Amino acid sequence: MAKLALELAKTSRKVPFDSKADPEIKKNVTQKSKGHSTSEKVQLENNNKTEFLSAPPRSLRKRIIVPTSHCDSESEYSASNSEDDKEVARDDEDDTEAVGLSQKSRVQSRVLPASVSKRTPLKKMKRDKASDLVEEYFEAHSSSKVLTSDRTLQKLKRAKLDQKTLRNLLSKVSPSFSAEIEQLNQQHEKLFHKWMLQLHLGFNIVLYGLGSKRDLLEKFRATMLEDSIHVVINGFFPGITVKSILNSITEDVLNHMGTFQSVLDQRDWIINKFKEDSSLELFLLIHNLDSQMLRGDNSQQILGQLSSLCNVHLLASIDHLHAPLMWDHAKQSLYNWLWYETTTYSPYTEETSYENSLLVKQSGSLPLSSLIHVLRSLTPNARGIFRLLIKFQLDNQDSPSYIGLSFQDFYQQCREAFLVNSDLTLRAQLTEFRDHKLIKTKKGTDGVEYLLIPVDSGTLADFLEKEEEEA
Amino acid sequence: MATSSVSKGCFVFKPDFKKRKISVPIEDYFKNEKLESEDSKLRFETYHLLWQRMKSETEQLQEELNKNLFDSLIDFLQKSHSDFQKNSGNWGCQMKLREIPTAALILGVNVTDHDLIFRSLTETLQNNVTPYIVSLQAKDCPDVKHFLQKLTSQLMDCCVDGKSKEVKSVKTPKKTNYSMDSLSSWYMTVAQATGPKMTIKKRTTSSQWQFPPVVIILKNMESFSTKVLQDFIIISSQHRHEFPLILIFGIATSPVIIHRLLPHAVSSLLCIELFQSLSCKEHLAVILDQLLLTAQFPFKISKKALQVLTNIFLYHDFSIQNFIKGLKLSLLEHFYLQPLSVLCCDLPEAKKRIKFLSVNQCENIRRLPSFRRYVEKQASGKQVALLTNDTVLKEETQLLLEDLHVYHMNYFLVLRCLHNFTSCLPKYPLGRQIRELYCTCLENNVWDSEEYASALQLLRMLAKDELMSILQKCFEVLHSSTTKQLGSTTQKVKDFLTQFQNLDADSKEEEDACGSQSKGLQKTDLYHLQKSLLEMKELRRTTKKQTKFEMLRENVVNFMDNLVRSYLLPPESQPLHEVVYFSAAHTLREHLNAAPRIALHTALNNPYYYLKNEALKSEEGCIPNIAPDICIAYKLHLECSRLINLVDWSEAFATVVTAAEKDANSTISEEMNEIIHARFIRAVSELELLGFIKPTKQKTDHVARLTWGGC
Repeated sequence: MAKLALELAKTSRKVPFDSKADPEIKKNVTQKSKGHSTSEKVQLENNNKTEFLSAPPRSLRKRIIVPTSHCDSESEYSASNSEDDKEVARDDEDDTEAVGLSQKSRVQSRVLPASVSKRTPLKKMKRDKASDLVEEYFEAHSSSKVLTSDRTLQKLKRAKLDQKTLRNLLSKVSPSFSAEIEQLNQQHEKLFHKWMLQLHLGFNIVLYGLGSKRDLLEKFRATMLEDSIHVVINGFFPGITVKSILNSITEDVLNHMGTFQSVLDQRDWIINKFKEDSSLELFLLIHNLDSQMLRGDNSQQILGQLSSLCNVHLLASIDHLHAPLMWDHAKQSLYNWLWYETTTYSPYTEETSYENSLLVKQSGSLPLSSLIHVLRSLTPNARGIFRLLIKFQLDNQDSPSYIGLSFQDFYQQCREAFLVNSDLTLRAQLTEFRDHKLIKTKKGTDGVEYLLIPVDSGTLADFLEKEEEEA
Repeated sequence: MATSSVSKGCFVFKPDFKKRKISVPIEDYFKNEKLESEDSKLRFETYHLLWQRMKSETEQLQEELNKNLFDSLIDFLQKSHSDFQKNSGNWGCQMKLREIPTAALILGVNVTDHDLIFRSLTETLQNNVTPYIVSLQAKDCPDVKHFLQKLTSQLMDCCVDGKSKEVKSVKTPKKTNYSMDSLSSWYMTVAQATGPKMTIKKRTTSSQWQFPPVVIILKNMESFSTKVLQDFIIISSQHRHEFPLILIFGIATSPVIIHRLLPHAVSSLLCIELFQSLSCKEHLAVILDQLLLTAQFPFKISKKALQVLTNIFLYHDFSIQNFIKGLKLSLLEHFYLQPLSVLCCDLPEAKKRIKFLSVNQCENIRRLPSFRRYVEKQASGKQVALLTNDTVLKEETQLLLEDLHVYHMNYFLVLRCLHNFTSCLPKYPLGRQIRELYCTCLENNVWDSEEYASALQLLRMLAKDELMSILQKCFEVLHSSTTKQLGSTTQKVKDFLTQFQNLDADSKEEEDACGSQSKGLQKTDLYHLQKSLLEMKELRRTTKKQTKFEMLRENVVNFMDNLVRSYLLPPESQPLHEVVYFSAAHTLREHLNAAPRIALHTALNNPYYYLKNEALKSEEGCIPNIAPDICIAYKLHLECSRLINLVDWSEAFATVVTAAEKDANSTISEEMNEIIHARFIRAVSELELLGFIKPTKQKTDHVARLTWGGC
């Protein structure tokens, strides 16, 4: 641990973000190395490598990966490269001549010890030339093997946090630059009137830019849409589908109780309805139109067709880097977008909370609460049946070959506990559970039905505990 | 918040019905908070009227442009169908009948405009040829069953629209059974039952048959699956003798696609004729010509804005509709941003409105840069009056607006003349299209540009017949204008024309004189020959200027040059030009041609751009360690290659972040570490949401990087 701390202290100086003088140093480092002959370059490279070897923990940082192939190829092509480099270096010198030699010499003295542990100068140098970006890309993708450290999160003490603790921890952080962010938001809020105007005139509005636009849209909803029918759609909600959007329009907005053969039928019906009745007006607010669930071609087509109606007004936000690729020309003309940049820098709290994020442990608080909710609505007998199943599953949780409780055994147990009187009643109960996705049935190799609760044992134990507390 | 839930994603809000009645009129949203909302209501009304006018104008234009195409299409349909009618006596034996008449409509890549064309095509055909028109899209027809289903249901609808409801109740077949057989038998009964009735009903249409053809329009034929098309064509060719089908393919690419989609066996069943629609570039030229290069609409667009619009058109989509959308947006923005746009209407109306301008609006006029420049040029007494007395100002404004109107009328006439002159020059120094010339003229004095000088030089070398045809065109342009502003100019052009005609007679004599003057070369030595040749060259150069034609040509060019210099002044030189010119090109670009990726990259890479905090100011390529977490995480991830180890990343992140907070307390508590880790998790999941990284199974606790290069 102490070693690690020392390590951190040492590296904190090296990171380029902390020192104001750093950029110029780096620039000069690159310049210097550019001027160097190739042999020196290779030597430098070797220095790098030895340094990395001597400090194994640090070598985990990525740039250290410096693939050996990388420098090999570098020296191979150095003959042609060095010329280019010199040219670039000369250009750079022209630029920086005014800066003066004094700085250079000052830097040189400082650079020598630093240069060894600095980012690999080769890399930096490459970035000078835009065309090399392409090469860089292929370089990184050509070698099938990527060299990164083998450290895993398990060895770290704080590996994964669950959603709740994450939220608690983050609430302690005071947001930085709140004044500036507030200012940004105010700028955006000034546009509300204009948005309303443009929506009414047949345009649709799409918001892009870094930061969650949820609060902004909520505010828009609260201030401008009080008196009009509107539907808010959380695109980031994992269960959202076009069908559910259309359903809420037909059922809740248009008060239609019938069903439809297909989504397309439903779309046509809605379109006709809106065309017939020009007094109808509907605002659609879609958070994250580019979410996983809505980005499909069909969904976009249907939403586009809806938004092309003159009395449906769409205000949507997109976040994904490649979101505009969803739309071809035909869809874009359906949407009739006006783009607005609304960079807010607000954290994507709500948007990422559903996601199975990389580092967030599945806490199971969601299944737990839903378990409790469902079970509460059942008869005491049904609860008893379910509890039996839970107990059996928990008893067997350690056996790897456990595939579930067979129906016959279960029926026996339930009978003994006076919970059911015939296997029909039990089956009726099981159907109920199955509808709520509380149990899964599987046919074993012997053709017998096995019952399993698809919830992890920790949650089940929690649930039992709570049940007993209440009882 | 009311709109977040773990169980649903759609939230419907319906206000009370009584409450909803008091909805806000649109004009109220027109108020611009930045400006004092002067005349906002009037401005909105003006916008609305003007837009309606421009819109109907464009629609009319489009109709006219499509007319040729539609006429030839209708001809084709009638001709091919009359074959069917004629042969109706001996159907079965005619092999030719197997061929389905097909019109391949080549519409160009601007798919967005196609809908409009198809809509008006359907309308025209319905009025002129047949009530049975079905248009199908590839999206609705994944297989032949759906294809037939869609076809049948649309056909029945056409029928019901035209006739009474009772037909429908009798004829609707069972939903499950869609086949070509049932379709053709349905057609026979319907046609027989209603054929005669219809001829009586619709006397106006020229051609009515007992068996009107069934026209199927396949929009965007490329997107249909090959199998569906092939099957349908084969099936329907079998039924051709009882079901007079005609196909219309909408093609965006090239006619070759038909043969790529359909094998020979199938395409031989079609009798294809090609129809080419007007190219979108010509279309644009016409629209520009009628909407912007005319004094008919008071609204004008500055050079930058026009360039943004044409660039979007030329480099992005070739879509007329999008261009018109851009025009609509610029009109809206103009009226929204410019309080004086109240005066951007027809001249008599504007004069009326000037009388009722408020004090604030008068101030607005005085604040216009162009007006200030104008005032500075006036005598001092008038300057004071203009700046202090509102009535004087209003009178002057009236005059200026009138001048502006006249300026525009002359401007476009002269512009067209100049275009006539320059559009035939080799290499087109001033552009081939009039819009290019217009852009150059809008920018600054066109006669100062190099291109103009070279154009004049080329003009001085034109042959007589070319020059005459140009002059003739100019005369037509000038003559067509109803105003008398350029009356003398028209006369002068006419004079030039007659002079050229007279030249014919004169030149004969001159040639004779010339011929007598030049003596045959005598036999001499080399030295003398050279000398005499040089002399002759000298002579020719001097005499050349003296031919009458050349003098006249010089005159014409000079005359043109004078016209340009006096009438094609850039609009910025005109007082009050701000009233009618929309110049905020950047808003157009922002809203029509946005660059979300760049915005995202800038926000992550250079937070100072958005958050104006001095602490965030940094040099190129580096960001300070107090920047928002996501920026730091982004910056660190940029240094990585394809895969990123989460542990290393988090450590690097922690290092940077602790360095920022270190000065406050030197020891880092465990809780601090936890919080930093939490911040890292948040930053990483946000980057995942933004699409920069994704989880990967290649290695434990690694993520894959998804972007490369700057962004």
